Amino acid sequence: MSEQGPNVILRTSPHLRVSPPVHVIMRNVVWALLPVCAFSIYQFGISVLGLIVTCVASCILTEHVICRLSGRDSAVKDWSAVITGILLALCLPPGFPYWMAAVAGFVGIGVGKMFFGGLGFNVMNPALVGRAFAQASFTVPITTWVPSMVPDRFTQFIPSSITLPFLKPNSVTEWLGQVAPDGFTGATPLAVMKFDHVQSIPTMDLFVGTSAGSAGETSALLILLCGLYLVFRKMMDWRITASILLTAGGISGILYMVNPAVYPDPLFTLCTGGLMLGAVFMATDMVASPVTPLGVWIYGALIGTITVVIRFWGGLNEGVMYAILLGNAFSPLIAMITQPRIYGARKAKGAA
Amino acid sequence: MSGLAKLLDPAHWFRSTFSHGIHPAENKHFTANKPIRRLPFPPELVLPLSQHAGAPSQLIVHPGQEVVRGEPIAKAGGFVSVPLHAPATGMIKGVELMPTARGPKTPCVILKVYPGDSQEVRFYQERDVDKMTPQEIMQAVQDSGLVGLGGAAFPTHVKLSPPKDHKVHTVLINGCECEPFLTTDHRVMIEMAEYLIRGTQIFMKALGAKKAIIGTEDNKLDAVEALQAKLPADGSITVKAVKTKYPQGAEKMLAKALTGLEIPSGNFPSSVGLAVFNVSSTAEIGELLPLSRGVIERVVTITGPGIEHPGNYMVPIGTPLRFILNQLGFSGQARHLIMGGPMMGGTVSSLDVPVTKGCGGILVLTEEDTKDQISRATYPCISCAKCVEACPMHLNPSQLGKLAYKHRYDEMSGDYHLMDCFECGCCSFVCPSNIPLVQYFRIAKSSLREKAMREKAKAS
Ligand code: SF4
Ligand code: SF4
Repeated sequence: MSEQGPNVILRTSPHLRVSPPVHVIMRNVVWALLPVCAFSIYQFGISVLGLIVTCVASCILTEHVICRLSGRDSAVKDWSAVITGILLALCLPPGFPYWMAAVAGFVGIGVGKMFFGGLGFNVMNPALVGRAFAQASFTVPITTWVPSMVPDRFTQFIPSSITLPFLKPNSVTEWLGQVAPDGFTGATPLAVMKFDHVQSIPTMDLFVGTSAGSAGETSALLILLCGLYLVFRKMMDWRITASILLTAGGISGILYMVNPAVYPDPLFTLCTGGLMLGAVFMATDMVASPVTPLGVWIYGALIGTITVVIRFWGGLNEGVMYAILLGNAFSPLIAMITQPRIYGARKAKGAA
Repeated sequence: MSGLAKLLDPAHWFRSTFSHGIHPAENKHFTANKPIRRLPFPPELVLPLSQHAGAPSQLIVHPGQEVVRGEPIAKAGGFVSVPLHAPATGMIKGVELMPTARGPKTPCVILKVYPGDSQEVRFYQERDVDKMTPQEIMQAVQDSGLVGLGGAAFPTHVKLSPPKDHKVHTVLINGCECEPFLTTDHRVMIEMAEYLIRGTQIFMKALGAKKAIIGTEDNKLDAVEALQAKLPADGSITVKAVKTKYPQGAEKMLAKALTGLEIPSGNFPSSVGLAVFNVSSTAEIGELLPLSRGVIERVVTITGPGIEHPGNYMVPIGTPLRFILNQLGFSGQARHLIMGGPMMGGTVSSLDVPVTKGCGGILVLTEEDTKDQISRATYPCISCAKCVEACPMHLNPSQLGKLAYKHRYDEMSGDYHLMDCFECGCCSFVCPSNIPLVQYFRIAKSSLREKAMREKAKAS
């Protein structure tokens, strides 16, 4: 009998925890994004690889430095900056100049996240803040699209990618002439649809992913599969994705039935313009989405609706980004008005 | 039942339950099949005068006095209070301040056990419960010293006198035992089915209820069988298996699962015509009342990886933990002792703490088991909503946690129903950020209670 007894631990209940901790969840999101990255690199070559590396490096560095400057422990270990970097890279055009990407990453993390107090306190998805900044500041390169499956994509960078800092992007016209002699218009299928009302590419190609577009927006199928992995691991809220896709698909389906000459079919809507990437990986950002069960559906429906509205009637052809940012901004309000009915609360009318 | 077997079992799909909740690893296999065994008497018993909610018991014996097993040694200190009986034949040594599960220094009667005594219960008197009036039954329940389970340990007889305008129509007997590791109620249902049924009938009579439902989780179907064999023929008592899910054993969750009724916020179960009793308490009443005896021992699951002989034991009230652990082979690595289950039980600070009436389990964890629990990193809330989906009360622990962090306690209780939280621990259990949500809520509640008390003092 040990007289002294053990060196007991004093803790309060519950004495068990189960969830994978935050950094494991975040790491899994990164795993889930890797196939999308790989496919994008396969499509567009080393330029995209460089773009991803640049964005991730910029995000990690920004987070690390700001943490240190404000006297906190570096929060890089939680992997969330890596996700931001990858997502940012995936929603930029493949030939986007690296230095601009780095700036976008800096702004995304610096303004979109650290300014609010870091992980958990950000109001909006940092990757989208970076992307919105790029859209506003670098108007030309952010709308310069390049063809996929260029033959020597694994040996040559797209000329604009390796533009020196603070210089105007190298012109891609000459390079385009070489790689796509039969005349690449530089427009994404969505732009063609919007401005010419022609569906330039069969929807199936969009779904599987063999068209022009930003680095990661091209294979809807692959993105869905990767999202499924996260849903399966209970690390993603499928209701948000479902709600966005249902509303966006539903509204455009109605429009298509009313006037098929002007509006594309719903599947086209779902597979273009980064909607899939946004719905699966960006809108589901836990921090910036509501926590209440009903709120989640409203939030998704809001994003789906705004996306379609911007796309069909707004001046831009890609509404997802702004739709999600707006959704993020509304989510505290949504959460507030959708507090669940608690157990045992008296019902509003005909009280017990 | 494994997860897959459950999915494939159609009977399981249709079992009722409540919404939300969690599925912690059950860990009941250590002791579920071990019949209840007796533990020997320790040389000295430590009997806290306050093992229950309400006024402490008042001592009626004096130091040096000899008592026989089952004899009352303290009387109830009021209506919300119970007497205390000698769990062994021996001599009263005196009253000392000792550490208990309720605090570091609580007045406790020390009883020196006579080692040579046969320890038969000689202090009893048979009576015919069927002839007793509800009022007499209630008095008899108080005299038995019975209290409910858990930290609060509310005297059972109080539940037998609901407010005048509440008419209880159904008695619910709670055999869910949703806490991982614990198997006390499970064994009681199997081995003491007759006492349990008898106790149920006594409660029904005291309350004038026509119906009783014994509810248990579907990981204890052998208990359902054992009980079904003993049910009275008139059909007044039924047994119902509900889904295995934590915290199914909480009064409110059980009411919902068994009857579909919700107990309104801030009300007693009797406001919707229900009364809920725990299986072990009910079986004790079935055993003790017909003999006018008091509670002197109880079944305790003593389990966990830190102990060599886990099992279900009949332990005299007042047995110090140290004695139990030494009897059952205590590996020196055990560092984390929990009284109760891992979800709601409290850590024990000293091995001198005795087993009390409200204690249904002792869990001994080793350093190995707690290592990764303790070293877990804490992050800010990432709004993952896991806690919102786990909270059985449908609260918003995420928001509550954020407010608690900013000490905005009034908002917590006003807009976010803090006071409906019963500290089940589901939210902390699922939180990937490892935020001590329940701990925050406890602090917030006690701070609000203090404030209310201060204001009351000022007003008067
Ligand atoms: S401890 Fe309270 S807030 Fe947390 S899940 Fe349980 S009832 Fe809900
Ligand atoms: S489980 Fe934890 S991290 Fe997730 S919302 Fe609740 S408090 Fe926040």
